[in-house]
Amino acid sequence: MIEVKNVSKSFKDVQILKNVSTVFEEGKVNCIIGKSGSGKTVLMKSIVGLHEIDEGQILFHGRNYTGMNDSQRKQIRKEIGMVFQSGALFDSETLEDNVMFPLRMFSGMSEEECRERANFCLKRVEVINKNKLYPSEISGGMQKRVAIARAIALNPKYLLCDEPNSGLDPITSIVIDNLIQGIAQEYNITAIVNTHDMNSVMEIADKIVFIYKGEKWWEGSKDEIWHTDNQELNDLIFASSLTKKIKQSL
Amino acid sequence: MDFFYHIGRYILLMQKVLGRPDEKKMFRRNIGKEIVAIGWDSIGIVSIISFFMGGVMALQLAINMENPVLPQYLVGLGTRDSIILEFSSLVIALILSGKVGSSIASEIGTMRITQQIDALDIMGINSANYLLFPKIIAGAISFPVICCLCIVLGIGGGWIVGDVSGMVPSNQYILGLQFMFQPFYVFFSNIKMIIFGILITSISGYYGYYAQGGSLQVGQASTQAVVVSSIAVLVFDLSLLAFL
Repeated sequence: MIEVKNVSKSFKDVQILKNVSTVFEEGKVNCIIGKSGSGKTVLMKSIVGLHEIDEGQILFHGRNYTGMNDSQRKQIRKEIGMVFQSGALFDSETLEDNVMFPLRMFSGMSEEECRERANFCLKRVEVINKNKLYPSEISGGMQKRVAIARAIALNPKYLLCDEPNSGLDPITSIVIDNLIQGIAQEYNITAIVNTHDMNSVMEIADKIVFIYKGEKWWEGSKDEIWHTDNQELNDLIFASSLTKKIKQSL
Repeated sequence: MDFFYHIGRYILLMQKVLGRPDEKKMFRRNIGKEIVAIGWDSIGIVSIISFFMGGVMALQLAINMENPVLPQYLVGLGTRDSIILEFSSLVIALILSGKVGSSIASEIGTMRITQQIDALDIMGINSANYLLFPKIIAGAISFPVICCLCIVLGIGGGWIVGDVSGMVPSNQYILGLQFMFQPFYVFFSNIKMIIFGILITSISGYYGYYAQGGSLQVGQASTQAVVVSSIAVLVFDLSLLAFL
């Protein structure tokens, strides 16, 4: 479980996050949604400590991450797997080496054990017989899958995904969504997915947090979202003519 | 003010870089990879430049010292000292600041803008230490080796070109090489190259590490890295002369 308590963050004079509070529950997929520039990515990066917050607290299973020094944070960071928007795979390493990387650094496993675990993770995300390829030699969707494999290599307690579906076709997006949902349930991981893909949200979200102009505007389940009277949220989720038609038919 | 800002930030980065590596086996592996990238891959260009510069230097000296009062062996002596004291260290360091410096800055800068450095940080890895420390050590190891290679090839180039052109007889050139030879010059040149190796790799790494934006900014960071590390090399070369 990750608790975000009264988090505020500014860059120079611009306040990006304003007093955001929410709870991301264990074993569930928690989606952060919002328009581009609303502060979703800043919130996610603040949660993992890539941005230092100005006010508030971030708690990982009750452990106050905000008040920790670098070496204390290091322990929690080993429990976090993160999938970046771009995949962020290491260009100079093969796919197998990318997945083996955190294992070599932290697991204390032998080289053979690391390889076995990496192969298991790659199979779990359905990347088979591609171990010796480099990230530049595979498609964007496959890069995301390898990034998920790397993120789960150390059996993390927390999985954070920053726009995992961006730039992917609808079918590959569903594959990625199902992977994230399956992994979160299988390993009882607290998963946070940052997205503005409403199809994904409706597919996998157990909890939805809507960020609007840096504030938490709404939170609830995917069933509740259909019936909300929150205007800004309605503008976002029913932006396309297709979703408008669905809403009308309800 | 900008100058002091960069100096301060560079020192803070170096504090992060010089920490204890997270995993020693990976660290040693990375040092090996970097020695290949920084040292081994530079041997070709350094060899060609050293050989030809040695040849040109010997010919220039021979032409300008064509005087019955001046003994011919002075060509060997002049070529030797110029190559050992300045060419093998300063000139080669300037060439390497272009080749190695831009490569490091663009590699690290690209890793920054594609979030690969963020990925390392999230894993709990000291990214500055993991990425830059092996490069700095590889620079400190490779540069003196390159310096020695340059001395051998430069002096050899002068000998071969002087002999083939018939302007400097072999025996006179070799006599000049042996005349008043100070082994300390070779040691001094190697010490300079260790310092230049550290400067070029760390400054280039600094500009790459703090690159922001897109490919344009990575290009700018790469250019800045070459300019600043070249200036740093020149300033330190002048300062180190005081110890000669």
